[in-house]
Amino acid sequence: MSRLFAVEIVYRGIFQKTLAKNIGRAIVLAAHREGKPGITFGRYGDSPERNGIPAKNFAIVATDDLTLEEGMAKYEPKEVDVTIAVDDTLCKGVESWAWYGLQPINRLTKPGGTLIVTSHESPETLIGMTHRKEHPYQLAIVRGTPSFSGLWVYKDDHSDVRILGAIAKVLPDLFSLASVQQAIRDEWDSELKATSALRAYERTSTVTVQPTQGDPEKPYEFVMPKWTEMREGIAIPSIARGGAMTDPTNGKSGGFRPERNPTFKKFTTRTMRPVVNFDTCIKCTLCWLQCPDSCFDVTPDGLYDANMQACCGCGVCEAVCPVDKCVTMVNEAQFSDNASQWEMWRKDKQGYHGWLESKIANRPERSHGFRYRGQYEEQVPEMLEIAKEG
Amino acid sequence: MPEAQVSVATPKQQRPTTEETSLITGSEAIAVACKLADVDVITAYPIRPYDTVMQYVAKLVSNGELDCEYIVAESEHSQFEIVKHASAVGARVFCGSSGVGWMYAFEALTVTPALRIPMVAMVGNRALDDPGAFGVEHNDALAVRDLGWQLVWVDSPQEALDTALIAYRVAEDRRVFLPCAISCDGAFLTHSQALVKIPSQEKVNAFLPRYNRGDLLLHPDNPITIAPQVNEDWLMEIRRQNAAAMERSSTVIREAYADFEKIFGRKYGNPFFEEYQTDDADVVLIGMGTLSNPVRVAIRQMRELGQKVGFVRLRWFRPFAAQELAATLGRFKAVGVIDRDFSLGSPYASGVLATEVRAAMYPAAKRPPVVGFICGLGGREVTVPDVKRMTNSIYLAAEGKPQPGTQWIGLRE
Repeated sequence: MSRLFAVEIVYRGIFQKTLAKNIGRAIVLAAHREGKPGITFGRYGDSPERNGIPAKNFAIVATDDLTLEEGMAKYEPKEVDVTIAVDDTLCKGVESWAWYGLQPINRLTKPGGTLIVTSHESPETLIGMTHRKEHPYQLAIVRGTPSFSGLWVYKDDHSDVRILGAIAKVLPDLFSLASVQQAIRDEWDSELKATSALRAYERTSTVTVQPTQGDPEKPYEFVMPKWTEMREGIAIPSIARGGAMTDPTNGKSGGFRPERNPTFKKFTTRTMRPVVNFDTCIKCTLCWLQCPDSCFDVTPDGLYDANMQACCGCGVCEAVCPVDKCVTMVNEAQFSDNASQWEMWRKDKQGYHGWLESKIANRPERSHGFRYRGQYEEQVPEMLEIAKEG
Repeated sequence: MPEAQVSVATPKQQRPTTEETSLITGSEAIAVACKLADVDVITAYPIRPYDTVMQYVAKLVSNGELDCEYIVAESEHSQFEIVKHASAVGARVFCGSSGVGWMYAFEALTVTPALRIPMVAMVGNRALDDPGAFGVEHNDALAVRDLGWQLVWVDSPQEALDTALIAYRVAEDRRVFLPCAISCDGAFLTHSQALVKIPSQEKVNAFLPRYNRGDLLLHPDNPITIAPQVNEDWLMEIRRQNAAAMERSSTVIREAYADFEKIFGRKYGNPFFEEYQTDDADVVLIGMGTLSNPVRVAIRQMRELGQKVGFVRLRWFRPFAAQELAATLGRFKAVGVIDRDFSLGSPYASGVLATEVRAAMYPAAKRPPVVGFICGLGGREVTVPDVKRMTNSIYLAAEGKPQPGTQWIGLRE
């Protein structure tokens, strides 16, 4: 009986490129040990990658060459047995520039397929972040901080082999634990990594996600025009300039909100978001000036509100703000919407402060790249400890 | 449990391996061929998807596996000029580009075959700007089709590696001394990793003699001047010499493939084109590059329904095996040509390959109808349903129902 297997690895561009590539390769090499041919490739449209922008890697494996060729006849699989998100904030959805709007992380996951996520969060939190699917599917969590084994640095924290161990558990027809351990020994020459895969295999369990669970948001749909409907000369309409904002408490108009691309919002790049203490803001304009994504709306009262439809979470605003604890970056997993912080503050200042303090207080360490010297050296033993302890 | 190790070590897999089977992309396969061919001078300038070759070459050099001059030029024009000169003084050279990068080198591309420089280049096929796009179209490589470049298309990483070795053998043959560009479809081939058999160095050495520029070597001991200015008294004879070299190339290609099979044991059959399920076929499709994959799958499905369809995958576009191809295509009731390129304003508004196929078939004894298809531009997938649509049209042509000269398949209309 011939069978085709497809696995997608969704990752943060550049930061996790090497990690995703390693996982894809090891899948093909492990399956090859069992006589199954396969190929692996990055999603071409994602490259050249930008820091943090969601990107994809695929591994296609088949029981025989002819079946593999059928899999290869479609460059990208239309459905996958396993979706891997190597960063839990990707569960909110992914938006690569060629995907025409935000797409659910589980869009390609087959009915009954598995979504594997590296995370410290609970299944309930992750399911809440993830879009609903019309069929039940499985969720497996590989416990850990999102690994940044990317282009600039190879952080060998065993995220790669732990995910491979989890795959052997949830999809044993693809490859056995023994095969993947052998492939790991061949690729990395490390018994420790082979042991990490075993530990992950032993610990991996899944929960079933029902169609009634998850974020009910309907994914954006885009209908592409016919050739006769497109403007000639490769000309497309540009984004309008924008205009004044309105204060929700008094209806006063003022400030400036730039118009933004409605079909490409970019915010799925974000792994952390800034929260702003508007009471200590001195209106110095530095955050607004320095933001590489022009995400700050100027409010009628002259404050700067980071618009969460446009913020990529780079943290430049936190870095340039001269006021202590006025802008603070917080793990994106703590938020369930993109509502305006300024509006919340205008309507209920006391409530806003309680909200702000709770967000900052429960701030788990979350890196987007390396933010200080020595962070890498600190985090690798920490991750290996997690791998050891489960 | 051993102690946790904190290091920035490169994982083992990132070091290129010489083991027999390796999981590599088509681009990496070309780089491995450069290493096996012990290329002397390699120039680079980044453009996607070709840049994946230069990245891997850089790794091979930095890991000490490839001893060559690796020069990152300041533009494609210089990139191709540098290797042209290096080749003139006796160096085996490699180069490459994609899309408009290849176009930026155009002046260097014209002088290279004229000076009988056996450069081997990789073209990572990419749509020409504008709009900026990365996907595959064949117009970039095809732009040099009239200049004396040998042009070959491949459809798997294995074939990319093998063909690169063959390309050196053919280009550097004294009877030829013409450059050769190996076209690899962007994404489908350049960025997809597959298991590739890496031949041993001993076998490569047996197959590929050293580059010997002989009487054309630019060297103080062999005082010559190359590329002097000439007037109308000289040019036709020079062009005729180069035409003769291109004519001889066909013979040398045949010899090279025969030797390749003998030494490496891998069979490619007819070097110029590969036939798939043509023995009993009624109608046939012809195309180049990785679109062969969906075409083969579609053919297997159509054959289950009783439609006898075959496929000819053209490898060598220059030299073009016109007579042989015409004789082969004449066996069928109709021919469909799939172009992953366009030639605006050309006869019947066709793609380049369709025009060439029609020209090749005109003197043939049997001339079935030829239907042209433009498909898969800018990296769009050529799908199995696309292939079935094309086949239906060829069947109608075979039944004597006139079909449009050219149809755009997979277009939103």
